[in-house]
Amino acid sequence: MTPILDVRNLSKNYGRNIGCMDVNFSLYPGEVIGIVGESGSGKSTLLGCMAGHLRPSAGEVLFDTRAEGPRDVLRMSEPERRMLARTDWAFVHQNPRDGLRMTVSAGGNVGERLMAVGARHYGDIRAQAVDWLGRVEISDARIDDRPSTFSGGMQQRLQIARNLVTGPRLVFMDEPTGGLDVSVQARLLDLLRALVRDMGLSAVIVTHDLAVVRLLADRLMVMKSGRVVETGLTDQVLDDPQHAYTQLLVSSVLQV
Amino acid sequence: MTPMFDIRDVSKSFVLHNQGSAVIPVMAEASLQVAKGECVALTGESGAGKSTLMRMLYGNYLASAGSIRVGETELVGAQPREVLALRREVLGYVSQFLRVVPRVPTRDVVADPLLALGHDPQETRARAEEMLARLRIPERLWALSPTTFSGGEQQRVNIARGFVHSYPALLLDEPTASLDPVNRETVLCLIEEAKARGAAIVGIFHDAEARARVADREIDVTGFTPERAA
Repeated sequence: MTPILDVRNLSKNYGRNIGCMDVNFSLYPGEVIGIVGESGSGKSTLLGCMAGHLRPSAGEVLFDTRAEGPRDVLRMSEPERRMLARTDWAFVHQNPRDGLRMTVSAGGNVGERLMAVGARHYGDIRAQAVDWLGRVEISDARIDDRPSTFSGGMQQRLQIARNLVTGPRLVFMDEPTGGLDVSVQARLLDLLRALVRDMGLSAVIVTHDLAVVRLLADRLMVMKSGRVVETGLTDQVLDDPQHAYTQLLVSSVLQV
Repeated sequence: MTPMFDIRDVSKSFVLHNQGSAVIPVMAEASLQVAKGECVALTGESGAGKSTLMRMLYGNYLASAGSIRVGETELVGAQPREVLALRREVLGYVSQFLRVVPRVPTRDVVADPLLALGHDPQETRARAEEMLARLRIPERLWALSPTTFSGGEQQRVNIARGFVHSYPALLLDEPTASLDPVNRETVLCLIEEAKARGAAIVGIFHDAEARARVADREIDVTGFTPERAA
């Protein structure tokens, strides 16, 4: 089986400082990998480099494209990469305001992605938007409202709908449940898990919430100071951590 | 016949990096074979290493040395992907604790292992309901999340989930604890049926009567305790 994403020796420096260093991993179709570590450990830098938001200093990011098989996305032309970002990829930002257009209606936010891949029939677009709002549990009575009138949790669910409506194969998520209260988090986790299963998505999830990765991720990468210090099966890394930093991270979680 | 579980010379120590790098050897030279259709009970005092061994068999703890084969898979040094495939298809685990995504209905929690195998959602749901009914979870609870259930109910949801797919290998951690006599009987029948269809089972049973009834052999894990170095 060909990995959907194959990251090789990926490094990013900010001047003399290390963003991330020599990161290697393969993600297979249907797999969810969690990247954990404290703030400043390089998680978001790594995610940004893979998703084409940041220019890495070195390395390769091979994505298994539908048409031509594995290709290094860092060597693609800008239009090619943008096309990928609109079709096979999705990026869920921590702050929904970074992933939504706040002055466009909820339905418009979802429909816009469809139009970007060529949908033109207004009725179909609206029907799909209604379908997706329903899947993320937003009432279709709110379809014409702007996201600025939504709660934080609703905005995050709308962002997920906007991202997944085009049927992507790979989703990057940056702290998707950060900043949400716990009942909303539970709802999002339930939603994300169902979507991963039903659509066969592969996902890379950056978070510092170990409870979130335990429920969502198959595998974990633990980062510290820009480097990956430990990788493995999620429950194995959390229950039998080998590296000093992972042991500290796991033992620092407050029990509820 | 090749055994379903084949454990050879397994040892395990924990290194506590943040507590003066203390090295705690917890198991040495553990060897154990379990054939298809056989149930082996792990015994020994609390702290002797029963759970540690179970967790290594599930790939939850890493072995420091030795070999652990479950079916066709060697767990020592296995890639996460191989362990996940093993857990999906071959190796079931009934733990004492229910760990689920909040808000997911009990019916779906139980159906989950079959859905992960790609079974038809309709059939899967029917099979999950059959298991729940057999374990006497009232029908009005099926659409609710088990997170608010009583301890005994959660345990039964866990058992339903562990037996919904016919795993060829099963790990059971105190499957009859906190159950009333009627449900305990149901669980013992489930274990006997699993053995009859050829499942290899490794279990921890504090319930001595239950152990005597389902286990073919007992292994005292105290025999795997490392010599205390002076």
